[in-house]
Amino acid sequence: MQLVLPGSLADLAGGVRELDVEPAGATVAGLLDALAARHPVLERRIRDEAGALRRFVNVYVDGEDVRWQGGPATPLRDGAVVQVLPSVAGG
Amino acid sequence: MTDLLAIGTRKGLWLARSEDGRRSWTLDGPHLLSQEVAAVSIDTRRASPRVLAGVQYGHWGPSVTWSDDLGGSWHETDSGAIRFPADTGAALGRVWQLRPDTAARPDVVWAGCEPQSLWRSTDGGCSFTLVRGLWDHPHRPTWEPGAGGGAVHTVLPDPDTGRVTVAMSTGGVYVSDDGATGWRPHNRGISAVFLPEPPEYGQCVHKVAADAGDPRRMYAQNHFGVFRTDDGGASWISIADGLPADFGFPVAASPSTPGTAWVVPLVADVQRVPPDGRLRVHRTRDAGSSWTEVGEGLPDGSWTAVLRDAFCTDDHERTGLYLGTRDGCVYASADEGDTFTTVAEHLPDVLVVRAARLP
Repeated sequence: MQLVLPGSLADLAGGVRELDVEPAGATVAGLLDALAARHPVLERRIRDEAGALRRFVNVYVDGEDVRWQGGPATPLRDGAVVQVLPSVAGG
Repeated sequence: MTDLLAIGTRKGLWLARSEDGRRSWTLDGPHLLSQEVAAVSIDTRRASPRVLAGVQYGHWGPSVTWSDDLGGSWHETDSGAIRFPADTGAALGRVWQLRPDTAARPDVVWAGCEPQSLWRSTDGGCSFTLVRGLWDHPHRPTWEPGAGGGAVHTVLPDPDTGRVTVAMSTGGVYVSDDGATGWRPHNRGISAVFLPEPPEYGQCVHKVAADAGDPRRMYAQNHFGVFRTDDGGASWISIADGLPADFGFPVAASPSTPGTAWVVPLVADVQRVPPDGRLRVHRTRDAGSSWTEVGEGLPDGSWTAVLRDAFCTDDHERTGLYLGTRDGCVYASADEGDTFTTVAEHLPDVLVVRAARLP
């Protein structure tokens, strides 16, 4: 699977914005489990220790927001593209 | 000798240094730009002083980071210094307090967090363990969050015993006499104007500070009310007479002179600004029996507020005071509050200040 990151997280991925990640299970949560093994700080920026996606972090699977699908349990097809984007918030 | 002042704000950390006995300050920063720094400590018990910060990475969640070279580089534990155990189902919301223990316990650091929880580190703040006795307390489900969130914001380890005192908004004061295993509420005498009857717990205590002469004597700035205990929190009495307002967020006590403490009164409940827009500190020399307004050099026309951790002392023989405002100003006093000089202006909202002497 391909994980696409915003520029603000690239440093935590070794300076790149795209990572190939083989998920531990074919879900968003499985992908993040695999990410935690390689880049634990990066994974913590995306979800908390209880497994919830952070409130102002949006995750899209093949262009669809997982909040309106299964959240972390959203399934991933072979070759899926998972994109992480910060939402519009703050001030 | 260098005096170091760490200034945590809503958008980063600044470090101010004085090389001339606290007369003038040089500002260094921003560090951790765009990150909220709600908790900071300067741990001088180590060979290299450690600046430990509780940060919120904007959208990306809370963490603990540290620098052993005064901001030159920052580090965090890969898996996170503070992680709720899986069985709790909870997640860290915000780090509100980082408190190094005494020199006799050189690697022990306490953290107070949101949701209301206490944590203990034995490796200088790199990793913390949840204090289960407080987390599992039967009262916890009924502790309500204050407007700023529900958090343990004050941690006072007794230097001579295993006693630990914490305070939270809301929830009030809790004390452990057995090394943080068992916890009892210690709020008798502290009012709660938002409840119909004085409760056993649930008070909105904003900050607690321990007296220099006896750690069992403490001062509490409450959401309406300033109180003192002489028996380790078993009972509290009002010491608000003589203050222009009994609301405020911080209270600080001298680390060297018994009976000396300071508060920063605000008009409340809705306004939460200095009385008549005059930002001033009020000092007691007699453990709250009387108060004197001090603060020459602090501004008039200041319609801001000083948050609970944006006020602190240093450990000079003549105690220094440091005060930060929500409109980004920082002031320092080298004479126990008589006079203040300006350290910084136009910073983001100041959330926390901490001072230390470096060799």
